[in-house]
This record gives sequence, structure tokens and C-alpha cells, in this order.
Amino acid sequence: MEWLNAIVQGTLLGGLYALFAAGLSLIFGVMRLVNIAHGDLIVLAAYLGLTVTTATGMHPMAAVVIVVPAMALIGYALQRGLLNQTLGDDILPPLLVTFGLSVIIQNGLLEVYTADPQTLNAGALETASVAVGGVALGILPLLTFGIAIAVIWGLQWTFYHTALGRAFRAVSDNQDIAQLMGLNRRHIFGLAMALALGVTAIAGILLGIRTSFDPSIGGGRLIFGFEAVIIGGLGNLWGTLVGGVILGVAQTIGAKIDPGWQVLAGHIAFLVILAVRPNGLFPRISG
Amino acid sequence: MPDPILQTRGLNSHYGDFQALYDVELDVGEGEVLAIIGANGAGKTTLMRSITGLMTNGPGQIHYRGQDISRLRADEVAELGLAMVPEGRQLFPSLSVKENLMIGAQVGRTGPWDMQAVYDLFPILEERKDQASTSLSGGQQQMVAIGRALMANPDLILFDEISLGLAPIIIKDIYEALPGIIGEGMSAIIVEQDITKALSVSSRVYCLQEGRVSLESASDTVSREDISRAYFGIE
Repeated sequence: MEWLNAIVQGTLLGGLYALFAAGLSLIFGVMRLVNIAHGDLIVLAAYLGLTVTTATGMHPMAAVVIVVPAMALIGYALQRGLLNQTLGDDILPPLLVTFGLSVIIQNGLLEVYTADPQTLNAGALETASVAVGGVALGILPLLTFGIAIAVIWGLQWTFYHTALGRAFRAVSDNQDIAQLMGLNRRHIFGLAMALALGVTAIAGILLGIRTSFDPSIGGGRLIFGFEAVIIGGLGNLWGTLVGGVILGVAQTIGAKIDPGWQVLAGHIAFLVILAVRPNGLFPRISG
Repeated sequence: MPDPILQTRGLNSHYGDFQALYDVELDVGEGEVLAIIGANGAGKTTLMRSITGLMTNGPGQIHYRGQDISRLRADEVAELGLAMVPEGRQLFPSLSVKENLMIGAQVGRTGPWDMQAVYDLFPILEERKDQASTSLSGGQQQMVAIGRALMANPDLILFDEISLGLAPIIIKDIYEALPGIIGEGMSAIIVEQDITKALSVSSRVYCLQEGRVSLESASDTVSREDISRAYFGIE
């Protein structure tokens, strides 16, 4: 039963990792941009959530209605003002610039919020649970997993059933020809980054409720997100959810064997899958 | 000649240090079909890329209906009513046939062309509308590319290498469909390797040679000798 418990908890944890990863996957899929600052943007969203909840007394889950649009705006401005200038045939400039951005965000957060660990206070939601067949399921992890599924379904639907999604796919296929069809790629890229950071905002709030955070933890979230994307297969959003679940289960099983092995077990699972299936489990089935 | 819809004046285009076009002067009349011929590397595709805004031009070099469009981005040029059927079709592989056509309507211009009008012109596309665009034959892909450009309801349509890589029977079909397309009062520029075909559908012809206009003539009076001289540069 304890093992079953570990697997179930790991699966639910995978929902959070999938949320870390969805934004990364989206940006890479649309504009071939690898965003090194993604983890720090997740942490930035958690801090924005902290500011909103302390200033207004809102519940962190309700703060989403402010933090998501705020992060989306930041995303659009960041893309139009900075990242569009780095995109081109060379893959190195966006890597360097987003690395720099990562350093800037971390130090900015240190200046404003100090290095003290913080959490978002969600009251009873943090500890509430239901018992299902002898396994206690936390309401928050269940909610996180449900939100992950809803977000991925929503992104998938946007990609395949809306004019915006069509524009994303067209620009991703061929930027010049898309431009000929009246699509301004700089604007489309801005919208893609806005959408990605909107998802990141949700991930950041859920992270902040689940664990304590400080300005330095972004790098670790980035790695988990990357691993989920790559395990699932680049450019496949449902694969990203599977990748997140595999990573989460590996971590909880590792922690079950020895608490010190949690993170290591996740990385080992990632390496094993990379060795066996270098393109991930479900490469490029869909956008 | 009727009032020009498009004019280039002293058009120079560069790829880095390499100059691809030299002082190109070209006029397209309202409702006119213009043919552009020339050997590989003569600058035909560069000229199309310059006109559509995919390449950056110097100011004042390209005018569309009296407006200087030389510095506009391709999407801004498209909104003014200029569409292109690009060389090699270049459909969006992630999009179905129908979605490729829908993207063409993205500029939001209204006119005679909508999804049904394109399906009436090329009925096979309606049967294949939910298929991936890459699963079609070359000729059918060209139909999608033409339909995609028409969906923008352009006033001036550019066909770049319209028959390149297609079977002769398909080329014949495409050319038979052309009058129905251009007949709606549209102006057109047709870039073509097949000189006979180019002359048969156009009223005037320009020949490019090493980035310069080497011939400008009415299509029905131009002589073979003039064309060979302009095409190959042989005196």
C-alpha cells in the first residue's frame, strides 16, 4: 500500500511538473526558443502571487485572476521588446539572452523580496485530503493535477480549433510565408509568449502553495520542466503530461527508498528514457 | 497602358554584399497580366520577394497605387491587396488543406473569393479539405497555394514559378484555370520558365538577366530573336 501511495502521489506531483513544462513546450514549438529563464519566471509568478495576496488578502487561488493577466502582459512585452530581436538562424543568442534574463530576475527578486523563504498561505486547502481505497489524496495535489489536464486540454484546443492556434502553427511551419498571409510573426510570437507565461503564472501560484520558495529555486524548476518536455517528446503537449507524471513517480519512488534520492531518481529516470528513446516517448505527433 | 497599380523605380536588392537586382523599372497596369521571364539566378524570385516585402528595400523604390510600400513589412503589404503564390508551393505542413485556405483569408479583405468559390474553382480540394496539405500531389498542392492567395481577395496576385516541378498535364490544367482567376479584374505578375506559356497568358513581358531588365515588350509582338538575346545575353 505504501508503494501504491508513492505512485499515486508521484502521479499527482507530475501534474505540477507538466504545468512547469507546458509553457516551455509551447514557446519551443512556436518559435524554436529555448527559454533558460522559464524557471525564474515561475518563481516570479509565485512572488507576484505573494504580493497580491498580502496586499489584498485574497486567497492565492483567487489571485490567479490578477497574476495570470499580469504575467501574460510581461510575456508579450518581453517578447516584443527583447526576445524577438534574438530570434534568427542562430540558436545561440536566445540562449544567452534568456540566461542573462534568468540572472536579472533572480537578483531582482533578491533585492525586492530578500532571500527569506516564503509561502502562499492557502489555509485549509494546504492540508485537506480525501481517503480513497486506503490512500490519502491531498486536495491540493488533486486540484493541481486537474488544472494541469484542463490547461493542456485548453492549449491543445487552442492550437487545433482557433484562428490563433492556426496562426501559431503556420508561423512555426514557415515564418516568411505566414508573413505573406498577413500574419505579423513578431505579434504572433508575443501572443505565444503571453499564453506561455499565463500558464507559468498558474504553475507559479500552485508551486507557492505547495512548497516554500525563494529567489534561487528557479533553476531546479527549469530542469524538471525540461525533463518532462523531453521525456514526453518535443512538441507534444499530452506527452509533456506523461513526462511530468513519469518524473513525479520516479521522484516519489526514489524518496520512498531513501529520502535523499528523490531528485536523483527523477534525473536517472530521465537519463534512462533519453538513452532508450532519444526523441522522447511520443515525438512530434502533434503541435 | 492603363494607370499602374504597381511601379518599381530604381529597385536595387541585396543579399548581404551580393547585389541581386540593379535599377529595375517595372510597371503593372490595372487589370494587366504581366509575364516575367529569365534564366535561373536572373533575379525573378528576388524581385517577387522585394515587391511582397520579404526583402528590405530602399525608400521610394516600390509604389503600389501611388503609395510607397518599399519599407513595409510583408504582412502590411498583404493587407493592401497584394498576394503571392510562392515558388515551390510552400504550404503549411501542420495545417490541413482547409486550414491552409483559411490562413489565406487572415488579412480580412472581402471580395468574390471565399472558401466556396475556391472549391468551385478546384473541386478536388473540397474532397481533400481535411487531409494534411503534404499528402496531396504536386498539382493539388499548387491548387491549394493558388486558392490560399485568392482567399486574400488581392488586387494584384504574383505567381512565382507557377509550373516549376509539375507534370505537363497538370501545368495545362493550371493554365486553363488562370483566366477564371485573373478574369475577376485582378492584376497579375506571372514568373515562368516556359516562355511560350508566359507569352500566351500575358499582355506584356519583361525579361531579367543578371539582375537587370534586358527586355520589355508587348507579348504578342515580341520576336524569338529578341527573347534569346535578352534571355541569354547573346548578341
